[in-house]
Amino acid sequence: MTQHHSIDLTINGQRTQKHVQPRTHLVDFVRNEFDLKGSHLGCEQGVCGACTIEVNGKIVRGCLTLAVQADGCHVRTIEGLSADGDVRDLQDAFIRHAALQCGFCTPGMVMAAKELLETKPDATRAEVREWMSGNYCRCTGYHAIVDAICETLAQRAGRTPVEGKV
Amino acid sequence: MKSPPFDYVKVHRIDEALALLQQHGDAARILAGGQTLVATLNMRLSEPALLIDITGLDALRGIDRIGDRLRIGALTTHAAIEASALVAEHAPLLAQAAPHIAHRAIRNSGTWGGSIAYADPAAEWPCCLVALEGVIEVQGPSGLRRIPARDFFKDLYTTDLREDELVVAAEVPVADTTDWFAFDELARRHGDYAVAGVAVAARFDGVIAREVRLGFLGMGPIPLRTPRTEALLLGKALDAGTIEIALASLKAELDPLADLTHSGPTKRHLATVLTRRLLTAAHASRAALAV
Repeated sequence: MTQHHSIDLTINGQRTQKHVQPRTHLVDFVRNEFDLKGSHLGCEQGVCGACTIEVNGKIVRGCLTLAVQADGCHVRTIEGLSADGDVRDLQDAFIRHAALQCGFCTPGMVMAAKELLETKPDATRAEVREWMSGNYCRCTGYHAIVDAICETLAQRAGRTPVEGKV
Repeated sequence: MKSPPFDYVKVHRIDEALALLQQHGDAARILAGGQTLVATLNMRLSEPALLIDITGLDALRGIDRIGDRLRIGALTTHAAIEASALVAEHAPLLAQAAPHIAHRAIRNSGTWGGSIAYADPAAEWPCCLVALEGVIEVQGPSGLRRIPARDFFKDLYTTDLREDELVVAAEVPVADTTDWFAFDELARRHGDYAVAGVAVAARFDGVIAREVRLGFLGMGPIPLRTPRTEALLLGKALDAGTIEIALASLKAELDPLADLTHSGPTKRHLATVLTRRLLTAAHASRAALAV
């Protein structure tokens, strides 16, 4: 019943053509076809954020995006983002603040935070918390993640980060 | 879980989509942002034979001011509405509601038309449309229909949209300088489906309310207005006393059923908490202007 569809897209800067089943979502596609295991699946319902991936410059839920919908698109996974160096400072801050333990949520956290850094450079701690509320972490208790993001925002703006208790 | 298998087609003209809907009926689903549909498929709550991808229909995208109306195309994403200068100026209620929709990654994909067509009782856009008395435009084999919001949302997940029709746009009236808007909702965690929400659209003469519309989400199968409560606010300054009288009426006018997490009385109580907050803010804002 289900045909395979041919899709033509760019993944982490590499143009490629593949055949996919329509039901295959973008995370299964990048993990299985390209061995890009950095994008994770936690809920497959769009609530946990572990699948967060970039399509045409914007973060989306990879588990709620069909691979066929990525035809003609530019997809960037955590591997590509990391290689591009856009958020080297954020990643360093994550390490300094111990903002990861098991690391399962981390690619999604970094992806989501990347778009915050790009679009809300003046975000307050409260705004960072609200923005990041779409990404769940079971290990860290979140504060270290928020600290790392706030510190990166402050550094990029050339100011001293505000210490937050919450 | 993984979605069951389905066929997929991407259409490039609206009549292609309509023809496929006619041909396949309930066995087909429209794919736009997919933020509800793909989740439903992944949970195997639905097993359609065909997905009709309409994201290629560029004519359904865009935000335009047309005289005294702001027209928003069905494929406009929540994020685009959130970022729009036109929306901020002409439909500030929508600008206030947008950040409450799920989370950023979902707002980058999910659409205005999708939220309207799905009509979740906790959705923000149907509630705003009811408060603003907006109009939903749908297209079917017999042409275009324009349906007022109060007639469009009929029952739980049920709208006036026929099986062979597509939501193409929805319009709201352009705001006036004497208009005041606010939106707020309460959820257990940020981004969760709201337990209670209210959209206030009011028109003032100084501090006196000339028109007040209260739209509630999460209070029933469809977004609700509360005309008896609204009437108690007309021609009055929204001071604390007036607000309390209105809230007493609101408690009688709302009768929500329990949902998964909250009892009916709790939901009703939360609606009054939100309404008190917003009406108090309205009064403070108008009083500050008068100074």
